Amino acid sequence: MSWLQTLRVALRALQRNKLRSFLTTLGIVIGVSAVIAMVAIGDGAKARVEASFAAMGSNMLIVVPGTSTAGGAHGGHGSMPTLTWDDLKAIQAEIPTVRYAAPQLRSVAQVLSEDQNWTTQVLGTTPEYFAIRTWEAEHGALLTQTDVDGGTKSAVIGLTVAEKLFGPSANPVGQIIRVKNVPFTVVGVLTKKGQSQFGQDYDDTVVVPVSTFRQKIQGGLGNYIAGSIMVSAVSSEATQRTERQVRALLRDRHRLQPGADDDFSIRNLAEIANASQEGTRTLTTLLAAIAAVSLLVGGIGIMNIMLVSVTERTREIGLRMAVGAKPGDIRLQFLVEALVLAVAGGLIGVTLGLGAARWLASSFGWQVLYRPDVIIIAVGFSGLVGVGFGFYPAHRASRLDPITALRFE
Amino acid sequence: MTEAPLIQLSDLVRTYRMGDVEVQALRGVSLTIAQGEFTAVMGASGSGKSTLMNVLGCLDRPTSGRYLLDGQEVSTFGTEKLAEIRNRTIGFVFQSFNLLARTSALENVELPLLYAGVPAAGRHARAAEALARVGLADRLEHMPNQMSGGQQQRVAIARALVTQPRVILADEPTGNLDSRTSVDVMALFQELGRSGITVVLVTHEPDIAQYASRVVVMRDGLVKSDTRREPRRAEPGPAEDGPLAEVIP
Repeated sequence: MSWLQTLRVALRALQRNKLRSFLTTLGIVIGVSAVIAMVAIGDGAKARVEASFAAMGSNMLIVVPGTSTAGGAHGGHGSMPTLTWDDLKAIQAEIPTVRYAAPQLRSVAQVLSEDQNWTTQVLGTTPEYFAIRTWEAEHGALLTQTDVDGGTKSAVIGLTVAEKLFGPSANPVGQIIRVKNVPFTVVGVLTKKGQSQFGQDYDDTVVVPVSTFRQKIQGGLGNYIAGSIMVSAVSSEATQRTERQVRALLRDRHRLQPGADDDFSIRNLAEIANASQEGTRTLTTLLAAIAAVSLLVGGIGIMNIMLVSVTERTREIGLRMAVGAKPGDIRLQFLVEALVLAVAGGLIGVTLGLGAARWLASSFGWQVLYRPDVIIIAVGFSGLVGVGFGFYPAHRASRLDPITALRFE
Repeated sequence: MTEAPLIQLSDLVRTYRMGDVEVQALRGVSLTIAQGEFTAVMGASGSGKSTLMNVLGCLDRPTSGRYLLDGQEVSTFGTEKLAEIRNRTIGFVFQSFNLLARTSALENVELPLLYAGVPAAGRHARAAEALARVGLADRLEHMPNQMSGGQQQRVAIARALVTQPRVILADEPTGNLDSRTSVDVMALFQELGRSGITVVLVTHEPDIAQYASRVVVMRDGLVKSDTRREPRRAEPGPAEDGPLAEVIP
């Protein structure tokens, strides 16, 4: 008997007991829809974490100067400037896995436009900063090396600042803002980055050339950087090596003896991002495992009903054998029935799962991500469940003795 | 006779084990049936006639002895091969019809062709032809529960005929039918016999057996008597259209 014929016979047999067939597939439907929805939600969460780390900057390390100790009171990181401008140049020049390095001087100040004011953080840095943060201009342009070299009074502002000072949807390029009574020309507005994972608004910032910052906003410290150094490695794999090399370089430059504490510290954001992703991945795996268990339960449901069906249809099996069905034909027929049940359940489950994920996304504002490979795996796995749990009932049917089967009441 | 007999049984023994007891259902049956013969096998229950039918129908294998069917020594065949023989050489008719429920007459008749691998178009044509031969050309799409017992049994006969078998084995085919319908069915079997199909019928009703041209009586697993005689001619009655006869699901 051809496959198509076997399929038709199976479909007909399932049609005869519509309600029962539907209830049998329900286990698979729930299992598969759970898998699809869970993975979509898990992947959505992962993508969100990834996006928020990507917003911080790519493959980023932050070098923070060391601690000061005055009268037994430890000042915390960054309380004593230990990093020099030469350290920055050395990091840029001597470590091949460093793509960019930029100083980051920071001050909180009130910023005035013609008729508004807003207190925000003001950063003094170099053009590399934008490359490290992968930040681009929405309007106008970014700061250039010429701005830094010439100490121009140019500023690039974040979207939040632009809105507070100039109103929403205004283009403030060319306008004047005052920071600590120094007029700056707005040369560009940065694209929206949104919030950090911890609720900090990335767009609430004003960026000015580091040279101007030192001259006009916060007095300099001579050779020392009164802030931190941001470093971007060439790739995420290279961040750890870069961290080691920066540490070695700075220890050498600061002439620290072996065994002495670092007079700076390095924060590896890529590491934090990886750890965080690992967490969501574990969660996704866990959810998928729970869903897989429910698929297994669905499979047992199929086996149970197939066994009932074989018993019920003993006489039919006997008759089919009498008119020439081989044991293989009978086995195939019941296997295909189980397979059809399982795959139909899988397909319904995919539809429901996608629907559930979309509903969760819209009603709770969760981010979800649909992965075609998960859908294919879920349907394939339910097919496998069908064949796996259908095999025993099918085998039992094929082993029936036609004489006994024909006389079965 | 120059032609080899269609069925040749020699010293057929079939023993069952029931727990510790050995039951000899057939104790050495030798029987030869020529092509086109219409044979009735009679006997009380326990006489071995059902076992004989199972062996003849290739549903069961003899413990010892030889069974030549259409020149083939089938007693040595395996399960797969026996299924093929049942499909091609033998047609079955059962007491309880054994039609598939909620399946049209046409599809019921097509069933053996399905396992023979006949393509769809050929299946439909042959099944319709077989149904026409049993007088049900106008009932192709009827479901078994929409037909009388006699009609259902004729569908079953069409199903047995559709593969153009050499032998039709009928196990108490009139057991669930009233006497009028029984005669119709016997007329059909006589007609098949005349067209060259060998019919072997198991029955315990002497009334029914008298339509056969040969009566074999079994007793205690042996052939007790084997007589040939002029059969009574079955006159088909008017087409039954009355209330449904007994319907067995």
